[in-house]
Amino acid sequence: MTPRQKRLWTLVAVLAGLGLATAVALKAFDSNLQYFYDPSEVRAGKAPSGKAIRVGGMVAKGSVVRAPGSLQVQFVITDFAQNVTVQYTGLLPDLFREGQGIIAHGELKNGTFIADEVLAKHDEKYTPPEVAKSLKKRHEGLGADGASATAPAATKDEGTSR
Amino acid sequence: MGTWTWFHKLSSPPHFYRIAGKMIPWFAIPAALCLAYGLYAGLVLAPADYQQGDAFRIIYVHAPAAWLSLMCYTVMAVAAAVGLVWRIKLAHALAAATAPIGASFAFLCLATGSIWGRPMWGTWWTWDARLTSQLILLFLYLGYMALRSAYDDLSKADRASAVLAIVGIVNVPIIHFSVTWWNSLHQGSTVIRRGGPAMPPSMLIPLLVCFLGFTLLYAALASIRVRAEVLRRERHASWLSQWSGRAGRAE
Repeated sequence: MTPRQKRLWTLVAVLAGLGLATAVALKAFDSNLQYFYDPSEVRAGKAPSGKAIRVGGMVAKGSVVRAPGSLQVQFVITDFAQNVTVQYTGLLPDLFREGQGIIAHGELKNGTFIADEVLAKHDEKYTPPEVAKSLKKRHEGLGADGASATAPAATKDEGTSR
Repeated sequence: MGTWTWFHKLSSPPHFYRIAGKMIPWFAIPAALCLAYGLYAGLVLAPADYQQGDAFRIIYVHAPAAWLSLMCYTVMAVAAAVGLVWRIKLAHALAAATAPIGASFAFLCLATGSIWGRPMWGTWWTWDARLTSQLILLFLYLGYMALRSAYDDLSKADRASAVLAIVGIVNVPIIHFSVTWWNSLHQGSTVIRRGGPAMPPSMLIPLLVCFLGFTLLYAALASIRVRAEVLRRERHASWLSQWSGRAGRAE
């Protein structure tokens, strides 16, 4: 074996070992690398109790209740299998609305999640207002209130596209 | 046989220096055209997103910057490996020339992401898998550059930094797949995705042109930087003194 071949095989061996070690390490720390728990995991007791965690899911339709005269808000987040009720006092991100994916940070107390931070999760999809509007028209069943709540830009240019 | 002699010819510094110089306009002019069209089409002509409004347009800088930060690292690690195994100094020169470009794009990616994250997510920064692994990428670039400059001896700097570059390559697939392997605040990828790109052509085409433009910009910058690196390394070489002597007489 020439020195060059030796170096090449050393490199291949190092990369293989490194890849394997990384894969094993990532597998071992899998639960630590998850950013949030979904409601099913929380209900199944997989999330640690007595310590701050993140819970992520969709804000259930019609579940947002705002206390009049304060920033207190209560809503239900769902993964369409299980639900978690969240209470939060503070400013919500712009994208927060019913049907939107959100991630709440806080603690579970007596079955209610007391959040100290609420972040909106955006998905990978991008849609121009007219397309969103025509999609809404096709799914008329979702109701007119949903259209105005989820697509402010769509209602703005009502007159331009029919 | 033909490609092998071509490869050997290319690895001779004077030849490489000349070729790289000739390539610069072939990269720079298309890069300028692509970026001019792509950025104008993305930032002005493309329709706004129905939820994010105009804020979504940051993707025309953020996503190409993210792509380049990963591509530059891959180029750097492969060049470092070639330099280490085949003892080709020009490969080390390319890796050294690429690092600051990659670091700049990694920083640009993190900065634009943070600016977008504040209004959309509600936070400048969070420690999810994607954001953390991308920050590690920036630190790998900075570590590579710091390690290089810690050595006075060039061949020691080449070898030590090459090992770091090669080890760091494991982070590249982690960054790319972080949003599929674990749940994260960062969304999945829009363009490369099962079921096709999740945006209409009016938004997608400017984005693809921006990807191409930024990639060509890297090629132009790398050509310029690698020439400077060759000059620095070959400053005592006879071809250079002959060449500069000839250039001096011609003036």
